[in-house]
Amino acid sequence: MTDSKYFTTTKKGEIFELKAELNSDKKEKKKEAVKKVIASMTVGKDVSALFPDVVNCMQTDNLELKKLVYLYLMNYAKSQPDMAIMAVNTFVKDCEDPNPLIRALAVRTMGCIRVDKITEYLCEPLRKCLKDEDPYVRKTAAVCVAKLHDINAQLVEDQGFLDTLKDLISDSNPMVVANAVAALSEIAESHPNSNLLDLNPQSINKLLTALNECTEWGQIFILDCLANYTPRDDRESQSICERVTPRLSHANSAVVLSAVKVLMKFMEMLPKDLDYYGTLLKKLAPPLVTLLSAEPELQYVALRNINLIVQKRPEILKHEMKVFFVKYNDPIYVKLEKLDIMIRLASQANIAQVLAELKEYATEVDVDFVRKAVRAIGRCAIKVEQSAERCVSTLLDLIQTKVNYVVQEAIVVIKDIFRKYPNKYESVIATLCENLDSLDEPEARAAMIWIVGEYAERIDNADELLESFLEGFHDESTQVQLQLLTAIVKLFLKKPTETQELVQQVLSLATQDSDNPDLRDRGYIYWRLLSTDPVAAKEVVLAEKPLISEETDLIEPTLLEELICHIGTLASVYHKPPSAFVEGSRGVMHKRLPARTGSGEGTECPDVGNAAGGSAPEAAPSIIPSQGDLLGDLLNLDLAPPTTTGPTPSTSGMQMGGMDLLGGGLESLMDESEPPHVPLRTDPPQSPSPQPPSPVYTHTDYTYTDYSHTDSPPDHSSTEHSPPAELGGDIGGSPAMGAGFGAAPAVMPASLNAPVGGGLGDLFDLGGGVGMPMGAYIPPKTVWLPAMKAKGLEISGTFARRAGVIQMELVLTNKAMSVMTDFAIQFNRNSFGLAPAGPLQVLTPLGPNQTIEVSLPLSTVGPVMKMDPLNNLQVAVKNNIDVFYFSCQYPISMLFVEDGKMERQVFLATWKDIPNDNESQFQIQDCHLNSEAASNKLQGSNIFTIAKRTVEGQDMLYMSIKLSNGIWVLAELKVQAGNPNYTISLKCRAPEVSQCVFQCYEAVLKN
Amino acid sequence: MIGGLFIYNHKGEVLISRVYRDDIGRNAVDAFRVNVIHARQQVRSPVTNIARTSFFHVKRSNIWLAAVTKQNVNAAMVFEFLYKMCDVMTAYFGKISEENIKNNFVLIYELLDEILDFGYPQNSETGALKTFITQTGIKSQSKEEQSQITSQVTGQIGWRREGIKYRRNELFLDVLESVNLLMSPQGQVLSAHVSGRVVMKSYLSGMPECKFGMNDKIVIDKQGKGGASEEAAAGKSGGGGGKQSIAIDDCTFHQCVRLSKFDAERSISFIPPDGECELMRYRTTKDIILPFRVIPLVREVGRTKLEVKVVIKSNFKPSLLAQKIEVRIPTPLNTSGVQVICMKGKAKYKASENAIVWKIKRMAGMKESQISAEIELLPTNDKKKWARPPISMNFEVPFAPSGLKVRYLKVFEPKLNYSDHDVIKWVRYIGRSGIYETRC
Repeated sequence: MTDSKYFTTTKKGEIFELKAELNSDKKEKKKEAVKKVIASMTVGKDVSALFPDVVNCMQTDNLELKKLVYLYLMNYAKSQPDMAIMAVNTFVKDCEDPNPLIRALAVRTMGCIRVDKITEYLCEPLRKCLKDEDPYVRKTAAVCVAKLHDINAQLVEDQGFLDTLKDLISDSNPMVVANAVAALSEIAESHPNSNLLDLNPQSINKLLTALNECTEWGQIFILDCLANYTPRDDRESQSICERVTPRLSHANSAVVLSAVKVLMKFMEMLPKDLDYYGTLLKKLAPPLVTLLSAEPELQYVALRNINLIVQKRPEILKHEMKVFFVKYNDPIYVKLEKLDIMIRLASQANIAQVLAELKEYATEVDVDFVRKAVRAIGRCAIKVEQSAERCVSTLLDLIQTKVNYVVQEAIVVIKDIFRKYPNKYESVIATLCENLDSLDEPEARAAMIWIVGEYAERIDNADELLESFLEGFHDESTQVQLQLLTAIVKLFLKKPTETQELVQQVLSLATQDSDNPDLRDRGYIYWRLLSTDPVAAKEVVLAEKPLISEETDLIEPTLLEELICHIGTLASVYHKPPSAFVEGSRGVMHKRLPARTGSGEGTECPDVGNAAGGSAPEAAPSIIPSQGDLLGDLLNLDLAPPTTTGPTPSTSGMQMGGMDLLGGGLESLMDESEPPHVPLRTDPPQSPSPQPPSPVYTHTDYTYTDYSHTDSPPDHSSTEHSPPAELGGDIGGSPAMGAGFGAAPAVMPASLNAPVGGGLGDLFDLGGGVGMPMGAYIPPKTVWLPAMKAKGLEISGTFARRAGVIQMELVLTNKAMSVMTDFAIQFNRNSFGLAPAGPLQVLTPLGPNQTIEVSLPLSTVGPVMKMDPLNNLQVAVKNNIDVFYFSCQYPISMLFVEDGKMERQVFLATWKDIPNDNESQFQIQDCHLNSEAASNKLQGSNIFTIAKRTVEGQDMLYMSIKLSNGIWVLAELKVQAGNPNYTISLKCRAPEVSQCVFQCYEAVLKN
Repeated sequence: MIGGLFIYNHKGEVLISRVYRDDIGRNAVDAFRVNVIHARQQVRSPVTNIARTSFFHVKRSNIWLAAVTKQNVNAAMVFEFLYKMCDVMTAYFGKISEENIKNNFVLIYELLDEILDFGYPQNSETGALKTFITQTGIKSQSKEEQSQITSQVTGQIGWRREGIKYRRNELFLDVLESVNLLMSPQGQVLSAHVSGRVVMKSYLSGMPECKFGMNDKIVIDKQGKGGASEEAAAGKSGGGGGKQSIAIDDCTFHQCVRLSKFDAERSISFIPPDGECELMRYRTTKDIILPFRVIPLVREVGRTKLEVKVVIKSNFKPSLLAQKIEVRIPTPLNTSGVQVICMKGKAKYKASENAIVWKIKRMAGMKESQISAEIELLPTNDKKKWARPPISMNFEVPFAPSGLKVRYLKVFEPKLNYSDHDVIKWVRYIGRSGIYETRC
């Protein structure tokens, strides 16, 4: 055979020649010509001009030629719909052919021609073929239904093909069953809620019977379909498992993996004390190990899946460490995956072997692999305490190799080891310091700087070392800059006498010359801390660090569950839900593991999602005992903090201001919450109102990053978010600032005032044009928590009072790649005791790019603490990813209750009773309502007019307001006809609210 | 499911392009070429996601096979299918090469049309395919022939056609094992396992029902319990002749084997495909016979000299002969010269491979042989210590290191008049080295 010649024709005028040949009388010549056409088509040449000529060759009894013509048709029919009709007759005729191979070929090809007009003609032949006597035709027709559904779903439903397809599940031929299952599964995927694949014990039984008889591919279709079924009880679950387990011995890895998927899923339902449960666990290990002797590409798929299985059920493979040892000639992708699994399986029992292996790997050639191996050694040290010493000495050996990337990687992991085992291995610091110059990667530099700062008192020349980094401060990455700033502050606190200059230098670099808000904010915080209370600074900066977790890179539990339901598929290879990489409606359905129904221990509930859902109401208790506990509760709620086992911060009575300023400044507060709570700003004596309290702020000085967590955004800030206006307002509005710095303690040089002023000026400018939406009307929704700050969760919202109930109306948008679940909300104590009256009702998981609107009823019986501004509300929202903080301001008019209309007599008496000192006057400008309209409008917001008096063309309206906490506010509104400026006098026993009430008036009247 | 399948040559030119799904466009062909074949970096994963399209690829010599999809397909299935595709092509026209693919492109399109429908793999057993995809022009088949074809393609025994006749009914069983070892310098086994395959070549008439038996510990123990007295007597009289049974960690079977029967009774029964097939794969880790033991001795004499002495001992019956023995002793990178003395075979220092390669053609059991070498080193200021890679070994022995024995392979063909006794059966055992390494 010399068909390759067809690939080489590149002459001009080829099309004409071909045309002539296609119309030739000689069969052989015709066939040759069609072959040439197909070859041209393959290499990407446009041969659509030959359409009529090729279609003319269709009428032939030569099956080979016919197939070639069909191939051509499938490619070009779409671009030549009118001419494609020419082929219909032949198709219809072929569907009646006595030869089943030809009937099948016709129905198979017709389904691939995506021309509307043709699909009409397809229906009748398809109906016949679905009931054909020959199984070969039926199995082809079954797939054809899926094809037709892809072109015109409505047509398929109207023609009743779905029912015929369902009938085929009971076909006598296993291959027909398998194809029908495949077609139905696919169609069902685009109708997530249809009951198309009506799986019940009877149909399951049929599938299980067909499973034993059909081809390997058919077995895969059936197993994948079975995985979607949820057995009724543990007994049914067990009987299905029993019938699926023989598949684990199939030579086809895909059959094995699909069987594993079914078993992993149904196992959830088996009671753990059942003997069979243990048997099943034991049966799973050998086939998984065998998968590792398959071809490398399949090994890769298997390893990605084993990675999931090991996270879900570590017991299955805990004794199989050795099979994951890397072989010299494994492809790199297999090596990296094996290494991942080795770390997961490392335990005290096998650590010696693992370490020996890892040490071997660290001398290999592939840079990525070596790096990962070095990191793995560090992970072992953290995971298995007994091995820590050996790991450290191994790492030191590796540092001695002086191979640049090995050294850097080693330093990064040694930093973690120091964190985990403080004051144990510091003897190696000297060795580390020798390698300072060779570090060129930010992560390694940052790690080294952290080490120097942390152990500054033991390193004689710590100041010199840090100073050397300072020279190129602005060229460093943010990570290094932040670290350097903290390290120098630590150094200063430890050796104050020699390092004053250094600390000044770094603070001014960070606050004055940097454009990075994180860096600037952190700089300011240190500056304030140091200037006001060095002792407190010490407590904050040098506080004891919380433990770091043993496991890294764990997939978040709900995602893990979903991925377990997708074993064997692309989702399990990418470790992403299908919705992250599949377009359209397919795969958006989230699969979940079934809940255990049996008597098994309740504690080990497999359905973590449900467990979280169940505990969600507790997330919003009406009593928040203290600020510290607020954080504590949320931390406890957080079911799977990805990296830390952060201890609950101890409560502290101390209150802090300046929370707003901190907003966004420190990275990942929650990743590393630390206990100390120290005032950040002393109260200025001339402060008009009591110091507004803020939630606890925890200090962190090293961001313990989660290595390569699949796709979490790099932004770690989970601190409270505050709008810029507030930031400016708070700082600028507080006369304390200047005073605070003016009275800086001796350690701070007086010259500091200037830069601070400048910096504050900047901040104040920010506050400029941003107005605060207020009013009894429902203010438009504003973004409270931008997605950038909350790992992809965006929250916007507003407040409303409806039928006497205060509602917080939230819009949650998931801008991340992964699904969010387990939402809960909690408020900090606030001025009016606002608290959620119920849990946050987000019942369905929030998929990527999904938005959900929630209305949260609020009560006013929560704990009270005065805020500044008074209507400030600090909120913590938790989801499966993290806890996020933000603050928002509610219009105080929400708190105006419906029975706020005072008796006239009482009004008069009260007005007189309240001392004149408590009266405040405001101007409302540019309001063009007459007194009548104004009164009506205000009444809508529960501001009641009690009396009206007209004096010299000036309307005097007397009004009363009652706040939810029982405070009465009395008002006198002067409206002069023709004058757009109103004057309002407010009298109240608690004059603090006046400002807020005035804002409400303004907002209501102007909207 | 699979949206399209492309075959490229090493330059990235498309040889075959078949699109099954509407969501895959022609640009996918180029996307793979640009991002994978022409990528500057080495391929880091067999699965690549480019613009929400996933590409699975395997390479055979310098030919790339790529399957494309936009859905959440069963990834394991896609790779299994690609391998199968390679098998089918090889069965039709031999080696997968650019020349062969171009020469058979019409055939390949015909095959792709048959074995993948709308991206769903269909029957892809060569035995069945060859009955109706022939490329010899169509002979008008009789109606009976046609229905025979279709019933075979869709049937329960899709891998075998009916009506096969041989004058001589014959079958060959090859037990092929590769033995893997990692040993410490002190002779302690760090890890050892055997991965084995039973390959069957059968030339049998009709639809023969076969039953395969081996010395599987579970089966033997079970029988022991069933007929305790009988077995005990037999055991005593015939005992002492090596291992009676072996523990198999795991095994997988060709799709012709009835898995549910194996699961229930642990018996291996099947109707084999005609010709060659890999009946089973297995893995054992217990009581492995290690055919060779390597005893290394490395001494550093000063900074510029190494003395290496390696002894190999063969550890099997003296009557058997091991072949193709090769010992590979790694040398440091700064080696300047090597002098070798060996008692048997030939040894050479290969600078390009940084190793001394010692080859022995044949060696009987229970023998030992030795090599000593003096390695001169160039003085370097490289602080990195030499990592001392392990000494590796290759060999072939005429027995199964796992101890697996074929006990029987019974053939029944009730319709045709030949019995189990008429079938000529051959069994052969070959043990090869897998990764057989001793650290030094």
